[in-house]
Amino acid sequence: MSVEALVTQLKGGLDAPICLTWELTYACNLQCVHCLSSSGKRDPRELTTAEAKQVLDELRDLQVFYINIGGGEPMVRRDFFELLEYSISQGIGVKFSTNGAFIDFDKAQRLAAMDYLDIQISLDGTDAVTNDAVRGEGSYDMARRAMDNLQAAGFGPFKISVVVTHHNVDQLDEFKALADSYGAQLRVTRLRPSGRGADSWHDLHPTNAQQRQIYNWLLAHGGHDSERPVLTGDSFFHLNALGEEPLPGLNMCGAGRVVCLIDPIGDVYACPFVIHDEFKAGSVRDDGGFAKVWKESELFLELREPQSAGACSSCGSYDACQGGCMAAKFFTGLPLDGPDPECVNGFGEQLLEGVQLASNPKPSMDHTKPVRVTPVSVTLGTTRKPVAVS
Amino acid sequence: MLDAALELHPQVALRPEPFGALAYHYGNRRLVFLKHVDMVRVAQDLANHPSLQATLEACQIAPARWPSFAKAFESLQTSEVVRVR
Ligand code: SF4
Ligand code: SF4
Repeated sequence: MSVEALVTQLKGGLDAPICLTWELTYACNLQCVHCLSSSGKRDPRELTTAEAKQVLDELRDLQVFYINIGGGEPMVRRDFFELLEYSISQGIGVKFSTNGAFIDFDKAQRLAAMDYLDIQISLDGTDAVTNDAVRGEGSYDMARRAMDNLQAAGFGPFKISVVVTHHNVDQLDEFKALADSYGAQLRVTRLRPSGRGADSWHDLHPTNAQQRQIYNWLLAHGGHDSERPVLTGDSFFHLNALGEEPLPGLNMCGAGRVVCLIDPIGDVYACPFVIHDEFKAGSVRDDGGFAKVWKESELFLELREPQSAGACSSCGSYDACQGGCMAAKFFTGLPLDGPDPECVNGFGEQLLEGVQLASNPKPSMDHTKPVRVTPVSVTLGTTRKPVAVS
Repeated sequence: MLDAALELHPQVALRPEPFGALAYHYGNRRLVFLKHVDMVRVAQDLANHPSLQATLEACQIAPARWPSFAKAFESLQTSEVVRVR
């Protein structure tokens, strides 16, 4: 079977997801401006330990080989290690994303002693200024400390996860060097206008020239022939329209087909970047649990049908780029059957000009913490960006 | 390759799918697609026969397809989905 035939099969859906993300909590010690899940405060409805274990039992029965755990900051949950150990004992490997705040040396040792565990530390700049502008003050040092602790504890090759933006795209080589210095693997992913990213996307997303830069860089560093290839989570396939050579990966939107998200309260979405009612397939708390949602939900069955290329059908690059990312289109107010807002041929940009910003869909969940007013830091006469309070 | 005595790697789990199966290697954490149901049958039966060829015969795979199976299993060996016993 050719790669194309396999991709056709995958688009028709699998018996269970390959890439399942499970966000354990909306609580987070940070408040990154591009947070895909608008995290901050804990949600009182979050799954209990017993419920979470039930979900893991179900995933084991479905033969889900590994899960991606995220948040919020997953280590905030008191039962974090309990769930981690339980998952691994059930034969479900875990890769978890963290900002590193809670990886002190003791925890690093505990993590290093576990099998089938991958850790991904988020970092969005190779210096504190670039990183902290997006992830908040002190977050660079926090992440570096976690990396140092993992290294000292002999964890082995962890991952450094970078969201590529307008501001850090020139640091790709430095990120690679940093990862190499730890014996770590670099993972770079695409910025999507999801969650709080809907508000920051216009300031943060790479320009068209920078997209070409990313494409060329990934071609040079992403291949499986390099010792530790740079990973992308298959997130840059819209860039394939730039040239003959496709980026490594399946190059398809996996939402509801091979990918899905379980959010902290058990709701199941088509992918981690579409936390919106329109992409909610059901809940693990429904009768029939996760398996029924995955196999039978109307939304997922619909996503597994052949999708229309719409306005992209007249573009010669459609086979290479597939019209890009559904989440990126949705949250920038573009039609789903048309070009990506970052269409490398500029068609998305043209369309964006016609979109009324205020009418864009907003994420259904917002756990952003209300701004604390600290009288000392108030400077009169400056305009502050209002922060949404839910 | 046809003479090789193979087995599924003990750290590999197979998950049946409409197109064949997904193979996951818990050691190197790689996910590999077995792109045909016949491949899956053969892979699961490898350990019961003295060679790949004997397994193909037992699974009633037409000899005309053996070369492509030999190639496929070679690449499965590289990705450590199967290994020499
Ligand atoms: S028009 Fe559509 S298919 Fe063509 S490059 Fe843009 S997004 Fe891709
Ligand atoms: S919607 Fe976008 S982020 Fe989600 S799976 Fe599809 S391409 Fe990936």
